[in-house]
Amino acid sequence: MAIDTALPPTPAPGHLGGARPPGRTTDRAFRILAFAAGFLVLVILVLIAYSTISKAWPAFRDEGLDYFTSDTWDPAHAAFGTLAFSFGTLVISVIALLVSVPISIGIALFVTELSPRWMRRPIVTLVDLLAAVPSVVYGLWGLLVLVPALPGFYQDWHDLFAGVPVLGGLFDGDPIAGKAFMTAGLILAIMITPIITAVTRETFTTVPQAQKDAALAMGATRWEMIRAAVFPHSRSGMTAAILIGLGRAMGETIAVALVIGSSPQITEKLFSSGDALPAVIVNQFGESTGTYQAALIGMGVVLFFLTLIIGVIARTALARADRKLGAP
Amino acid sequence: MSVVNDRSQPMDDVDVSPGNVAPVTDGVEKPERARDLVFEIRDGSVRYGSNLAVTDVSFDVGAREITAIIGPSGCGKSTFLRCLNRMNDFIPGAKVEGRITYHGEDLYDSKVDAAEVRRRIGMVFQKPNPFPKSIFDNVAYGPRINRYKGNVAELVEQALTRAALWDEVKDKLKKSAYTLSGGQQQRLCIARTLAVEPDVVLMDEPCSALDPIATSRIEDLMVELKQEFTIVIVTHNMQQAARVSDMTAFFTTDVADDASRVGRLVEFDRTHTIFTSPSDQRTEGYITGRFG
Amino acid sequence: MSAVMTPSPPAPPSPPARGSVSSSTASPWRRAKSAAASFLIVASLVVALVPLVLIVGYVIVRGIDSISWAFLTDDIPILSRSEGPGMGPAVVGTLLITGAATVMAVPLGILGGIYLNEYSARSALGRAVSFLAEVMTGVPSIVMGLFIYSIWVLRYGVSGFAGALALACLMLPVVIRTTEETLKLVPSDMRESAYALGGRKAGTILRVVLPAAAPGIVSGALLAVARAAGETAPLLFTILTVNQTNTNLFHGPNTTLSVQIFRNAQQVFPGPQERAWGAALTLIAIVFIFTLLARGLSAVFARKHRV
Repeated sequence: MAIDTALPPTPAPGHLGGARPPGRTTDRAFRILAFAAGFLVLVILVLIAYSTISKAWPAFRDEGLDYFTSDTWDPAHAAFGTLAFSFGTLVISVIALLVSVPISIGIALFVTELSPRWMRRPIVTLVDLLAAVPSVVYGLWGLLVLVPALPGFYQDWHDLFAGVPVLGGLFDGDPIAGKAFMTAGLILAIMITPIITAVTRETFTTVPQAQKDAALAMGATRWEMIRAAVFPHSRSGMTAAILIGLGRAMGETIAVALVIGSSPQITEKLFSSGDALPAVIVNQFGESTGTYQAALIGMGVVLFFLTLIIGVIARTALARADRKLGAP
Repeated sequence: MSVVNDRSQPMDDVDVSPGNVAPVTDGVEKPERARDLVFEIRDGSVRYGSNLAVTDVSFDVGAREITAIIGPSGCGKSTFLRCLNRMNDFIPGAKVEGRITYHGEDLYDSKVDAAEVRRRIGMVFQKPNPFPKSIFDNVAYGPRINRYKGNVAELVEQALTRAALWDEVKDKLKKSAYTLSGGQQQRLCIARTLAVEPDVVLMDEPCSALDPIATSRIEDLMVELKQEFTIVIVTHNMQQAARVSDMTAFFTTDVADDASRVGRLVEFDRTHTIFTSPSDQRTEGYITGRFG
Repeated sequence: MSAVMTPSPPAPPSPPARGSVSSSTASPWRRAKSAAASFLIVASLVVALVPLVLIVGYVIVRGIDSISWAFLTDDIPILSRSEGPGMGPAVVGTLLITGAATVMAVPLGILGGIYLNEYSARSALGRAVSFLAEVMTGVPSIVMGLFIYSIWVLRYGVSGFAGALALACLMLPVVIRTTEETLKLVPSDMRESAYALGGRKAGTILRVVLPAAAPGIVSGALLAVARAAGETAPLLFTILTVNQTNTNLFHGPNTTLSVQIFRNAQQVFPGPQERAWGAALTLIAIVFIFTLLARGLSAVFARKHRV
């Protein structure tokens, strides 16, 4: 024991404060800095809304409600109705969800309920890599590989359902081409699968083991257990996952722009070419000026608020799922 | 020694104040009456929001003594210990009432710098909690953030030596602190606390996560450290309190009509007295194992 | 899925044979249903992984022939239909613009995450910011491009920096949220012991909390970088395009691998298409390296905090 060290200094009166203690200023400065960085999120969101609305204003002003309700898009004659593009966005997003949601739920179930433990991480990594592939690469592959291969497939599909009510009308094209609503929807389905899978998987992992055991202990098969314990518990989380996927699908630009065919039309024929909001923006922005450009920026405003609303609903659903678990 | 006498002056004032500190008055009449007081606690209470957690705490802590706080779990002993170096500041809604002075200065005065308080009044926690850094960096952390001007390596060696850990770790100072055993980690945490040259060391059940051998090493260490430092230890191990402490405060839990639990100080006296002839029967019940 | 499997009501359960558990009491129909579900679940995984293999495989096969030192460093041919390398300006542009976005977004994002977890965990404002940061991660990248076009490009013209601003806006909420989530996992007793040594809040965060959380935070930042490096939409009208390397981030048009892939993919000639595949392989390599690095680091972090 080395006891030769000086004893703690005898405290002098007023020793615990008074004169400005070192480090307090840094402390305050850091706090303000951190606050500013957090606050930046709000600032950016407000700035996005303000700057894009003000640049899009001429188009909103000139077109009025027609901007949303007219399907006549004719820049040469200053007619800027965006209905056909909104329609296209809706159609391809719905296709993407219909294809992707069952697959994503399947993968999430596989990882949480079926797979051996050692397979989980590699599978999650692989699915995440699917998300890491840049959208322009999906677009490139879609355009140069998928689009040339699809017409034959679409033709067979069309022949198969010809005459069937509803489906016969949907599985049709004019002319049947590789660039189509369906193509864009399928590419989007691949792109949103990882995100829907991730959110769903996270929800499934929070299902209490006790509830699953209870179902199994009553003699339920694995599938009955999933329906009795996993799904009811995960309703909010699955809703959120679907909405987040929808938001992604609506905003995805580049891949869609390359494979949708860029012809504005409102049709029930899924194998015909169409156009979507973000795709129009990138394909036409370069040549635009004045009100034309304002109309394109206006579509950005529409996308911004749509995805914002969807995001708010989705995150609220997720927060509800958390609360149900008693998480803080 | 004149300093000591000066210090005892204000204490005489408070002696006449009412309250359940009578045992202290007894102690003061004993030969070591000129106790150099580090903490004087009068009517201390802690609230969380509107909930009263601990109340009616009044006792003094003398310099270079080991003061043990014992009592059943949930009696607020740890909560109260954290008032002594303002660790409760971080718990939202926590509020300390009454008067707690440190060397005569009100700890909760608005002018007091809480970080400086915690530098003088160190704390060792229930679970060994070294930083995810090397052994050396763990001990050097405190001196560094307090802008120690001297030779840090020397200070680290000194602190580790005082904590009786130097011989075991001197060859692996660069290794992660997590490579040490639980008992060693706790002594590392003690060394880390000593390295900032505190005046008081608060220990919050420092042995509850350790095996008996590691526990007895820490107890030996406490007795040695007493020569330089004032120690306040919370423990639920009565034998430990009896073995190491000079003074003992016994807390208990009162259950109010609305089922809310409030901790309060029952008795404070010399450890020997508490364990042989306690004046309150609740204390006697507890130490003889009849309740709690 | 379930609709397909539930039409006919289950047969009434036959009384179980006493004493034997080797024959299941579940009716064959129920067991078949469960088996079919298991099959579909496995099939969904296969269906999802096929495109991954197809796309990555195709990019490797088509791109590998294009890749060479000249491809990575030479200027882009002025006549877009001509064959041969290179993608030099796009490689430089990708690194410069993504790098600049990282320099802006990562420190701010970490600070923002610190604010959310260390300073405002219970305040209404903190919860609102955390919520909105989460929502902001869903704002389409093209909107960020239009935003920067409106507030920056219209005033100061196109530049690599304008593109970096747009990418930084995309990265910021991602870094904020991953930082916040990672800091949540740092045990609070680590902060307490630092305070008990007389540490102040800022010092404790910078010297104890952040180092403990570093692997998780870096992993989040790497994921954000990977995502930004592959972005195209927000760059198209903020940086335009060039054929020569432009190392001046603040002046003049620039280009990136992603933009070059987009432009060249739409060409009908084999030369530009080959360059698109080569650029795609380069980009995927960059993005996958960052992503796998991030996953490795987060695994390290998870292991460290399991104890």
